Amino acid sequence: MRICVCVKRVPAPGARINVTDDGLAVDTAHLGFTTSPHEECAVEAAVRLVEAHGGSATVLTLGPAEAEEQLRYAASVGMTDGVLLSVPGGDWDPQRTARAITAAIRSIEARDGAFDLVLFGNESADGCNYQVGIRVAHALGRPMVNGAKGLEVRDGVAHVQREADGGRETYELPLPAAVGIREGINLPRYPTMKGRLASKKAAVVVVAAEGDEGAQRLVRLRRPEERSSTTVLLGQGPDAAPKVVDLLEELGVLR
Amino acid sequence: MSVLVLVEHDRGTLADATLEAMAAARGLAAAIGAPIEALTISAGADALRDVLAAHGAVRVHRAHHAMLDDYGPEAWGEVLAQAVRTLAPAAVVACGTGRGNEVLAQAAARLDLPMVANCVSVEPSRNGVTAVAVTRTRWGGSLLEDATAAAPTMLLSVAHHTYEATALAAPAAGEATPLAVELDASLARSVVRGRTERTAGVTLATAPVVVGGGRGVGSADGFAPLQELAELLGGVVGCSRAVTNNGWRNHADQVGQTGTRIAPDVYFACGISGAIQHWVGAMASKHIIAINTDPQANMVTKAGYAVIGDLHAVVPAISAEIRRRRA
Ligand SMILES: Cc1cc2nc3c(=O)[nH]c(=O)nc-3n(C[C@H](O)[C@H](O)[C@H](O)COP(=O)(O)OP(=O)(O)OC[C@H]3O[C@@H](n4cnc5c(N)ncnc54)[C@H](O)[C@@H]3O)c2cc1C
Ligand SMILES: Nc1ncnc2c1ncn2[C@@H]1O[C@H](COP(=O)(O)O)[C@@H](O)[C@H]1O
Repeated sequence: MRICVCVKRVPAPGARINVTDDGLAVDTAHLGFTTSPHEECAVEAAVRLVEAHGGSATVLTLGPAEAEEQLRYAASVGMTDGVLLSVPGGDWDPQRTARAITAAIRSIEARDGAFDLVLFGNESADGCNYQVGIRVAHALGRPMVNGAKGLEVRDGVAHVQREADGGRETYELPLPAAVGIREGINLPRYPTMKGRLASKKAAVVVVAAEGDEGAQRLVRLRRPEERSSTTVLLGQGPDAAPKVVDLLEELGVLR
Repeated sequence: MSVLVLVEHDRGTLADATLEAMAAARGLAAAIGAPIEALTISAGADALRDVLAAHGAVRVHRAHHAMLDDYGPEAWGEVLAQAVRTLAPAAVVACGTGRGNEVLAQAAARLDLPMVANCVSVEPSRNGVTAVAVTRTRWGGSLLEDATAAAPTMLLSVAHHTYEATALAAPAAGEATPLAVELDASLARSVVRGRTERTAGVTLATAPVVVGGGRGVGSADGFAPLQELAELLGGVVGCSRAVTNNGWRNHADQVGQTGTRIAPDVYFACGISGAIQHWVGAMASKHIIAINTDPQANMVTKAGYAVIGDLHAVVPAISAEIRRRRA
């Protein structure tokens, strides 16, 4: 089985997200980087499928040269190799991102054969565009379901489960297929020492990303207005309990 | 030229989110002087015409096809794409739910048009109706993006729980017209094949009280006192990602950007630092009571109320006090 997982390098902000003075990017000074939890789960899903069925799993990202860090991390938890579609400046719009990823997957497949599965996150952590995976899947002619909370492959069919208002829906996608993964589908493993060492040697190919610009333009990022609040201190330690319960009575939640 | 609303429903049962999309569409339609029309996919949704009319649709386009009896992202996306080709609306508005964004993205892919997800404000730009200036949410709502987009038909979703559904005082009758669609048999490959229904009960998203625990809880067993407090108050337990990552609780309990958005009357945040990705899932709570050893923790400074102390002592003391008063 051949699997491709698409992940995006994003900053990992703490208490708040700061924006650069020009408003065009998140201020990443002093921040570490990661990928979306959804994408971490997509990586874990791919590694488990390869463990169960054999084959290989490629992790692919479009981003700056530093995104090699996220590819190496994915390799440290079991991905076979990595592809970095490098973009010089800032973020690409979703249409352009999808075009570049589609072209890259096509060229890998022309050389090495089709991927049985292409996995994405349900949405990117920073952009939240809810579309890159769906655009890529359509361009490649693959069925696609987003938001998967369950994924099994049996007899050439991807059995996908996802949550809906009243319960769980199941889908049966004939391979080759594409699936957008949601956090909660599995519990991603942490890298082992052996995994970390192996990841240093994993093959990572860097190619320049190519794709025509789309029609959505970023003007400015800004923080939403915060509800200004002063915190009422109810007390220290267990002695505060009566005050807490007074408050619950006042708020009408103690019936 | 119309503003076309994508009607989200499950086998004929309307999703409330659709009416939020109707409300958003009304503002845009008024700004460009266009009527609001709606698209219902599947014969099972025909009966929705009246409620759609009550919320402003002057016309409902009905797409019927045997493949549309149940939901399928590709089949629905293809129907929407064909509707756009046939009707050439100025804009399509959907609600930014899982299905809403998925169908819009499928249509955008087929039409090769931009799609702007999760808008909280939409204005036609001065260049005319084929361009918009929007504000949309990123980082799950922690950040706003002002953006522009231009296309012959603008594909927009509006952030869920942003626009308030309101019926018109004097709605038009709402005509219904069939929309002819042709669907390739291959699109059936992603139609829903089966379901398991959930047992009814209080869910994290709708609970009146949520007792949330974070890394400070320290272990899976450490949640027992939180569970007890939740039960005393008719609520449920929630948690942070640090907790799910440690395997202490199931992801179904996770509050935040990649978990569940909660809106209880009271949220107890115990041993949770208040990272922005957690906060964004908790901020719709009416009242937040933070219990934390660190008075500088973000959750403490942002919460309405706080107790400074060890949650392992504070939480059982609160339960004991509740039981004492009830006795
Ligand atoms: C893209 C992305 C999405 C994310 N999505 C989510 C999400 O959906 N939900 C989510 O929660 N996180 C999410 N995160 C992770 C988030 O950034 C934080 O890492 C996480 O919320 C931290 O959890 P925590 O507050 O429990 O742990 P910590 O940050 O470690 O905080 C522990 C707190 O417990 C307090 N404490 C310790 N011991 C005690 C004690 N005995 N009594 C009282 N207080 C004590 C400490 O003072 C501290 O404030 C996401 C991150 C990224 C990058
Ligand atoms: N720059 C990128 N590099 C690799 N994959 C990406 C990139 N942007 C988006 N994706 C993939 O597409 C999914 C949806 O992204 P989005 O449409 O931005 O919400 C993400 O979870 C990733 O799997």
